[in-house]
Amino acid sequence: MATMRNARPSGLGSKLPVLVKALAGAVAGATMALSAAVHAAPSTAEVNTTNLAVTDDKVTVGILHSVTGTMAISETGSVQAEKLAIEQINAMGGVLGRQIEYIQEDGASDWPTFAEKSRKLLVNDKVAAVFGCWTSASRKAVLPVFEQYNGMLYYPTFYEGLEQSPNVIYTGQEATQQILAGIDWVVKTKGAKSFYLLGSDYIWPRTSNKIARKHIEKLGLKVVGEDYYPLGHTQFNSIINKFKLKKPDVIFASVVGGSNVAFYKQLKAAGIDMTKEKPLVLTISVTEDEILGIGGENIEGAYASMKYFQSLTNDNNKAFVKAFKERWGDDIVIGDVTQAAYLGPWLWKAAVEKAGSFDIDKVREASPGIELTSAPEGYVKIHPNHHLWSKTRIGNAKTDGQYEIVYETPELIEPDPFPEGYQ
Amino acid sequence: MSYTGLRSLLPKNDLLSFGVLALLLVVILPLSLDIFRLNLIGKYLTYAFVALGLVLCWGYGGILSLGQGVFFGLGGYAMAMFLKLEASSPENTAIQSTPGIPDFMDWNQLTELPWFWEPFHSLGFTIIAIVLVPSVFAYIIGVAMFKRRVGGVYFAIITQAVAAILTILIIGQQGYTGGVNGITDLRTLNGWDIRTDGAKYFFYFLCVFLLFVCLLIAQFVRKSKLGRLLVAMREMEDRVRFSGYDVSNFKIFVFCLGSAFAAIGGAMFTLQVGFMSPTFVGIVPSIEMVIFCAVGGRLSIIGAVYGTLVVNWAKTSFSESFPELWLFAMGALFIAVVMAFPNGLAGLYKKYGEPLLLRVIDKVKAGRGGLGGDLNSKGVVHERQ
Amino acid sequence: MFADYSTSELMSIFAMQGFAGLILFSVFVLMALGLAIIFGQMGVINMAHGEFMILGAYITYLTSNIFADHMPQLFGSYFFIAMALAFVAAGALGMLVEWALIRHLYHRPLDTLLATWGLSLILQQLYRTIFGAREVGVTLPDWLMGSIQLTDVIEVPINGIFVMSLAIGISVTVAALMYRSRWGIQVRSVVQNRPMAGAVGINTAKVDRLTFGLGCGIAGVAGSAFTMIGSTGPTSGQLYIVDTFLVVVFGGAQSLLGTIASAFTISQAQSSMEFFLSGSMSKVLTLLFVVFILMLRPQGLFSLKVRR
Repeated sequence: MATMRNARPSGLGSKLPVLVKALAGAVAGATMALSAAVHAAPSTAEVNTTNLAVTDDKVTVGILHSVTGTMAISETGSVQAEKLAIEQINAMGGVLGRQIEYIQEDGASDWPTFAEKSRKLLVNDKVAAVFGCWTSASRKAVLPVFEQYNGMLYYPTFYEGLEQSPNVIYTGQEATQQILAGIDWVVKTKGAKSFYLLGSDYIWPRTSNKIARKHIEKLGLKVVGEDYYPLGHTQFNSIINKFKLKKPDVIFASVVGGSNVAFYKQLKAAGIDMTKEKPLVLTISVTEDEILGIGGENIEGAYASMKYFQSLTNDNNKAFVKAFKERWGDDIVIGDVTQAAYLGPWLWKAAVEKAGSFDIDKVREASPGIELTSAPEGYVKIHPNHHLWSKTRIGNAKTDGQYEIVYETPELIEPDPFPEGYQ
Repeated sequence: MSYTGLRSLLPKNDLLSFGVLALLLVVILPLSLDIFRLNLIGKYLTYAFVALGLVLCWGYGGILSLGQGVFFGLGGYAMAMFLKLEASSPENTAIQSTPGIPDFMDWNQLTELPWFWEPFHSLGFTIIAIVLVPSVFAYIIGVAMFKRRVGGVYFAIITQAVAAILTILIIGQQGYTGGVNGITDLRTLNGWDIRTDGAKYFFYFLCVFLLFVCLLIAQFVRKSKLGRLLVAMREMEDRVRFSGYDVSNFKIFVFCLGSAFAAIGGAMFTLQVGFMSPTFVGIVPSIEMVIFCAVGGRLSIIGAVYGTLVVNWAKTSFSESFPELWLFAMGALFIAVVMAFPNGLAGLYKKYGEPLLLRVIDKVKAGRGGLGGDLNSKGVVHERQ
Repeated sequence: MFADYSTSELMSIFAMQGFAGLILFSVFVLMALGLAIIFGQMGVINMAHGEFMILGAYITYLTSNIFADHMPQLFGSYFFIAMALAFVAAGALGMLVEWALIRHLYHRPLDTLLATWGLSLILQQLYRTIFGAREVGVTLPDWLMGSIQLTDVIEVPINGIFVMSLAIGISVTVAALMYRSRWGIQVRSVVQNRPMAGAVGINTAKVDRLTFGLGCGIAGVAGSAFTMIGSTGPTSGQLYIVDTFLVVVFGGAQSLLGTIASAFTISQAQSSMEFFLSGSMSKVLTLLFVVFILMLRPQGLFSLKVRR
């Protein structure tokens, strides 16, 4: 008994240090692991209080564009840009130590489908952010869904403005940013006096032309005509005759989609040589993507006013173009919207890291003031109204399908989605 | 309705299929699906209204309309106009230059509500308009066409042109209609938030209820003399005319009925999805709705519902996993239905499913000491040649 | 609106506007002729007509690339070869489709609509898979670009003249085939009375296949020509389909002359209205006008009197 009684403490005494050591070691290891994790990846409970699809090593986002239907033509580039950005971010270690996974859904060029898929992404998949939509109509369709379920949408297209949602970051330009600088430039350097406004018949061209008209009239100049054609219209000979009759100095064009191809081919065929700039063609809708379909020789000499051209020569852009071509093939071109789509994941990453959380509300709070010095277009910053400060550039279309940049606004232009005096 | 009346309206085989459908829609689906999926089913069911109308017009009447989207759209727009007016109260739209009108009107410099929007402040008017406006429109088209004996392919192409006209008009007159964006951001119905889960359940069951009402009306038409006349007209129009019937009036009636069904579907669509857009008015959705009907079986009103559900379910799940393959599958489905199964799902069911089911039921009855029923289902409409 | 312009300016504008209408007319004729044969003569509603046109356009695109890469010195003439290839390719596909699908459906015209709609979906996705979702740009030989200056103001686009001559050429060829050849007699007899035609020893199946192939082939040539004025993408074909059907139906389905007359009426109406109204409204009014006339004359402008 005694030996046993003695033996027990001694036994314990002999074992205790080992146990303590082991325990201490384990605890120390755990704390070390924990502190390492705090640096690389904070705990999931901490960064995700709203039950998003975030695990210890993964965060899921959504990509929502049309890969079928008529809009697939335009949206393909955005999908490629967003995937590239996500892959690059993952290669750099992800966001808050988590690799980004994406769920891609097809909006099928159909607005109700966009609404349905966005609901699926937010409700079923609980994605932390969605990169997507292209047309205004698709954005308008998903907007109530994002506001109801409190999601975050990064929307890449230049658009008509008149909107500011707490659940959307607009990475493209709103109409005044794109249009005013373009008109000012053409008036100042080309001495334009009269304008003909032409667009496809839907909200973006109509709002854009409204802003353009107000601005032109404010400058004391003349709008000699304004016309709209149904989406998909392919016969433009009548409007070309109107140009010939009214002889405007500038044709301000916001024709989109397949109509674009028809319009420029017929303009060229009708003997209007755009390189002579009589009349000068200023477009806000033709990016390098569209020129692929139009053919460089058919649009040579036209000017475009937007924030990004593939031919930008800064280092960011060189690296971006190189990476894009490596990923998606050498013959690919990059347009304004593609670049804006590329900004989406990066802006989201920056906001998440600033907030230290994936929670939508915290990301929203952190978003204003986020800067991106690595943007291919140079430098962008998120305005409190959720649009981006950006420069506007004027490009002159060349036969190789690229734009030569002839002008760049000296300062970043403030986004103004509800322009006073232009409504 | 008396028991015998009910019995003649819904003979045993039809009662069985109505019952199975009711079981599926009212019990099985709501219990097994979450609200997101159930809401999707609710959306598909709104197309079933159109497909049902097409069964009557096309399957029975031989009138193929490629412009049913027009009526679906009119119904949906009527509903959306009411909801939009409610969402555009002066308080909600205070930031606009003209508060109190829908936002898209403000963007297009309208300063007051257009006259044809005014009545849509009233829910009662809206509900009447949902059914009446498309029916009257269908009546006008029907009178103009059928009185002049325009039929078949010509009718199909003219309705297609009507769909094209209306789409261009809606998109072009965006100050009055919301343009290509449609009428979006609808929130409440008489102050009740339609975006909540509870509202979605409510609208789902309302949709199912209305669908069954329409199904019963269609069944009534089918079983009535009108239904038999329609089939007769489809097979040999001149003989019906020579027998002294005014063929065009029957056609007009069934076309109006089909368009009223489509309009109810459109209104339910707006309520469940929360917006209406011109994409439904166009030619492509109109043709897709014909395929829902064809997959279900153009002669079967119940089949139309299943056809719609199956095609849309396949579309959703396919496009979630293989968006690129979806069009191939859809195209193949069109061809397969036309080439191999002209009577669609209903044809397959009639051939294999129903005899089996009836036999099982009769066996059960016989086991209980009852007499075996006859296996030949009566009232099977002749297949079209 | 004309007060500011001199009479001579106005005259030239009207002349040019008339010419714009003629180009539109030629475009409509090219679109509709193939369909007029298929729909008018055979009663098949080919909803994939637009996709056959786009096949022609893609063939042109491929041919232009091959010429640019391998025989740049012959680039000026590639367009004719491309059109011939487009005709053969679209015609061959058409015959295949007739054999696989259409021949089973002659007694069910509305079903041909559904089957060919399915076909058009498959073709669209096929184009998207092969050529990508983006539009492709077809480079034209230099001689097809630009315009001829007639007076100070009047300029005539060369590709417009080309489309016009093509439309006339194809119309004349088709008319000659239909009304002056043995094959044409067979086609017309099959259209008018199939059993009887079969009874006198005409191989109706073969006639059907060739007729369908011819219609599709013409669609291919039209698509090839349209690369000069329009876009080439997987879904471009859908832009044409409604207009095409309206032209054919408006003309009276069984009459080639009717098709041409209706193309002329519609194109002139649309192009003259476009000058005074906005593009969207003139489109709506043109469509309304066509629908209205069709209600008055359900069988179209010209209808063939046939006992059935």
